[in-house]
Amino acid sequence: MGPEVLKDINFSIAPRSFQYLTGPSGAGKTTLIRLVLMALKPTRGLVNLFGQDVSRLDATTLTGFRRRMGVVFQDFRLLDHLTLYENVALPLRVLGKEETSYRAEVVELLRWVGLGERMHAVPPVLSGGEKQRAAIARALISRPELLLADEPTGNVDPGLGRRLLRLFMELQSLGTAVVIATHDLALMELYDAPRLVLVDGHLHVDA
Amino acid sequence: MHEADSDEAGHDGLALPPNLRRDQPLVPLDSVAGRALMAVIAILTFLAALSAGAAVLAARASEQWRGAVANEMTIQIRPDSRRDMEADLSRAVAMAAGVASIETVRVVPKAESDKLLEPWLGTGLDLVELPVPRLIVIKLRSNVGPDLSAFSAALRHEIPSAILDDHRLWVRRLSTMASTIILSGAAVVLLVLTAAALAVAFATRGAMAGSRDSVEVLHLVGADDAFIAREFQTRFVRLGLRGGAIGGAGAIVVIALLGFVASRLGAAPEAEQLQALFGAFEIGWSGYVAVIMVAAVVAGIAGLVSRFTVRHYLRALA
Repeated sequence: MGPEVLKDINFSIAPRSFQYLTGPSGAGKTTLIRLVLMALKPTRGLVNLFGQDVSRLDATTLTGFRRRMGVVFQDFRLLDHLTLYENVALPLRVLGKEETSYRAEVVELLRWVGLGERMHAVPPVLSGGEKQRAAIARALISRPELLLADEPTGNVDPGLGRRLLRLFMELQSLGTAVVIATHDLALMELYDAPRLVLVDGHLHVDA
Repeated sequence: MHEADSDEAGHDGLALPPNLRRDQPLVPLDSVAGRALMAVIAILTFLAALSAGAAVLAARASEQWRGAVANEMTIQIRPDSRRDMEADLSRAVAMAAGVASIETVRVVPKAESDKLLEPWLGTGLDLVELPVPRLIVIKLRSNVGPDLSAFSAALRHEIPSAILDDHRLWVRRLSTMASTIILSGAAVVLLVLTAAALAVAFATRGAMAGSRDSVEVLHLVGADDAFIAREFQTRFVRLGLRGGAIGGAGAIVVIALLGFVASRLGAAPEAEQLQALFGAFEIGWSGYVAVIMVAAVVAGIAGLVSRFTVRHYLRALA
């Protein structure tokens, strides 16, 4: 077992809240997000999600919880052999929905994030910014209760960064709790919100 | 693109592109590993289908022997200079007619029995001087278990130069041979199906290891294990169906070609003998159905094994 990445961390995310998760590179932001996503199991400690201890969840409940969350990965994690349209529609497709039932919604979202003309393209031919926008669209498409975004504006120009931030805020006003992991101070200054600051594996809340 | 789609597509008046790719398999189908697996499945199906075809051919041939020969016996009377052949023939016919389990008795005319020798001795020979045995063909009643040993003993006693040729021993031996061919065919089919299952299991494990990131993404966007297993299963059933269809079609073509060649050579005496032994080289509808069944079973096995392997892999990941 390696060194502990996160220790003595205690925090909660209220429904419909908006917060930043910040700290220097390597502080453990991505690890924290993976813990919340149940992609990692804590070596010790307790993770409660939607009022339940995740260590006691069976596979079906776990899948149900993941469907209530949206995630934007720092490295995008798009499926390379699928088009942008198919990538963005993926969370709805895995729910077993008919393609015709979500087509308009997916296309509208793709156009909103500026990828309307690129919906045929597959990720390997896209720029970093385009992949990032596609990853964001995929996280938003199922209108999650909790959105976790890892450096969502890291590869886009400031103008689009501001638009995306407005989108996250709009999402929060519609009832989604939003956690944005970033170390972009300029972005955090655009909209004032509580900051969960991670330094050397320890966390403090900067309200 | 239909008008309805255009209306659905959005509010800015732009139509949804007609060539938009939708619902592609989440596990890519056309990869080098996929094509290699398809080739392996095609070859295995071809071999299994040929084995199944051979088993059906043997089963049909043995059925023909049993039907044609088991109900028939022959009395052979060898020429003996001290005896009157015609009197012996009449006596043997009279004795046979008195046996309950014998239905008909027919003396093979001399011209007919001479003709039987033609393939060996050639035509145009005068066989009058040759001591050619005479034959009496006896048809037994069907569904009667004839106990003909008493008749055989009586015949030998009355006419020492007569032999009752019971075909049942010959039929038994041929049946044993046919059963061996059928069993061997079935064993080969089973072995090939096992090999196909193992090939698919290894290929699935390889595909899962190669798609580990995709599997994690699918999990994180809310896919459950059943959904992911279904995606892999669909891919492998398609590969299995394609491979099975190619292998099965190859086997059908080869069997049909062999049948065609056999029928073209049918005029030669050797071919006649072969045909007498194996029957016509045709596997019939049942044979073709067996070949298609083998291909379908291979595809089914591909799907089942991949599903099982994926579920096992996902449980290990959890």
